[in-house]
Amino acid sequence: MTANTEKIRQIAKQLLKEGKVDIIIGFRKGSVPMMNQPLIVTAPEDVDELIWDSNCALNLANYVTNRKEKIGIVAKGCDSRNLVTHIVENKVTREQLHIIGVPCTGMVDRHKINAMFDAEITAIEESGDSLTIKGNGFSKDLKKTDVLQENCAGCTHRNPVIYDELVGDLVTEQKDVDPYASVKQVESMSPEEKWNYFEDLISNCIRCYACRNACPLCYCPTCFVDESRPQWVGKSQDQVDVRTFHLLRAYHCAGRCTDCGACERACPMGIKVREFTKKLNKDCLELYNWEAGLTLDARPTLDTFKPDDPQDFIK
Amino acid sequence: MNLIQIDKQTWIKGIEKIKSEYQVFGPVKEKNDVEFKELGAGQMPELNFQNTRMSPKAIVYPQSQVMFTYSLDETREDCRILKEAKRDQTPRAIIGIRPCDALAFQLVRRNFDSPEYQDVYWINAYESTTMVGFACNQPCATCFCTSAGTGPFGEKGLDVLMVDNDGSMMAKAITPKGEALLHAAGWTESATAGNLDSLKSKAESAVSSSVATGNLRQKKIMDVYEAPFWEAEAFSCINCGTCTYVCPTCWCFDIQDETHGKSGIRMRNWDSCMFPLFTIHASGHNPREHKYERVRQRFMHKLKYYVDKYDNGIQCVGCGRCIRSCPVNIDIRRICNKMNAFDPQSCSCEVASS
Repeated sequence: MTANTEKIRQIAKQLLKEGKVDIIIGFRKGSVPMMNQPLIVTAPEDVDELIWDSNCALNLANYVTNRKEKIGIVAKGCDSRNLVTHIVENKVTREQLHIIGVPCTGMVDRHKINAMFDAEITAIEESGDSLTIKGNGFSKDLKKTDVLQENCAGCTHRNPVIYDELVGDLVTEQKDVDPYASVKQVESMSPEEKWNYFEDLISNCIRCYACRNACPLCYCPTCFVDESRPQWVGKSQDQVDVRTFHLLRAYHCAGRCTDCGACERACPMGIKVREFTKKLNKDCLELYNWEAGLTLDARPTLDTFKPDDPQDFIK
Repeated sequence: MNLIQIDKQTWIKGIEKIKSEYQVFGPVKEKNDVEFKELGAGQMPELNFQNTRMSPKAIVYPQSQVMFTYSLDETREDCRILKEAKRDQTPRAIIGIRPCDALAFQLVRRNFDSPEYQDVYWINAYESTTMVGFACNQPCATCFCTSAGTGPFGEKGLDVLMVDNDGSMMAKAITPKGEALLHAAGWTESATAGNLDSLKSKAESAVSSSVATGNLRQKKIMDVYEAPFWEAEAFSCINCGTCTYVCPTCWCFDIQDETHGKSGIRMRNWDSCMFPLFTIHASGHNPREHKYERVRQRFMHKLKYYVDKYDNGIQCVGCGRCIRSCPVNIDIRRICNKMNAFDPQSCSCEVASS
């Protein structure tokens, strides 16, 4: 058991016992390697199900939307940024939350690790920075830093930005990383190359909407793809409709996305859906010096107007 | 039934011969995974895989399928008349289907080909298809076929069963359709059973997980429906359609008209009981408003309503895809075992006291 797990259980038990929160939202160990499951705990005696390791990559802010109870929530850097966004967007109040902050060293990329092995992975063990991947007749050691999710490898906000208590010491933030390396690659392509790149990217999309539903930002009562009067988007596998979904989903996240990677992790087909949102994150940073979810004192950049906003891109 | 021996050279020649008479689908490596695709000239079915990411159900029941076409052009005589779309009835063969997925077609058939309703689209495609199965020598850790009505060497729903025996194939025709395919391939050399039985029992014992289903039928529907565990079990669910889309036995669809200019199509698309849109009424009322109700529906349908209606086991073949693909680790084995073990008498919840 990691120190973080131990501390999370201890804090959760205390909070529930003292009645400071009604529920705790955290993770339990999944039944499949690299797949921990979001969990709600309501009784102090059940806190031992809670765990923390490098497979807690889903964004738990997704589970507090519109809840009315007093919530204890385990939050790594990106979860905390989405909690900020939720508070700013009135999906939850700060007073409702007791944030158990977890300084994070990144989550492992299940798609990448699965693709590294021809045979099925049946277990993964973690100790500090090393991972042991096991399957039928094989065992291989990997360095965690080599198999991080792409968003984690380029993350510059590993520590929770708001919290009520921390489970461990703050970690050093990464400085010399480029979160936008792949965006720059796409930007350098010709229009035709870009078109082909994105066409190939979404070619096996099954429109299950796991990317949308894993995202804390996607809380509209009725999503544009589900509107029927009028119906904005067709329901078939027509590429026009598949494209429309992906592009509009990304635009709805502009200035709000924390690049938590939940969308990409959730995709059952392994589509790199962050390729859409990341470009908009980069634009927000360059045009408005804005990164989402860092402060409770400002509205998301596309939600506000300032007289000195840049406008030379408006033709 | 005769066993046929197929060596590597004959295998390649035979597959090519089959392609001249059938539209052939097989597992192929694609984007870090294996999926069923139509095999082009020279393309061989992948042998080194456990199972495909998506089930082969789309070969018979496409995710989007045109049923009718129509014109809205007032100058035409057939304006506003629905015309049946042409149905492809080319003989097709799925080479490399796993026994679980083959059984799934039998389960789905109870819905699409019943005494009351015959779905011509599904039936035509199904009847045109020859299922050539690959036995599983190495099941996944998430497979539980042996407690879901079949097994790694299961024959139900297959026309031919093939076993990869150290690089050479052994084939067994199970139906006349299967014999016709072996004949078309020119595979005739007979084989002795050899170590077939031991391969089979080895594979069966490698299926390490299972579900308990023995009590499901005798449970009262409302007892299980009102069981206290649904909300907690559904907590992590994000209501995406992954489980239903990867499932070989999920059959629900939605019918849509799409008009472009003056012509249009009526099509059907896979739908999912996980989506709120699946049940929302025109009034805005949704009888399955909460996500736990939708999660409950999926499991109640597969593990209770289907069991009661057809008295033929659960609507699940144990392929384990929903377990492997669920973004939030909802595990049908856990839910099934909970439902099977649920006893309202021993439960201190409202259900028991009311």
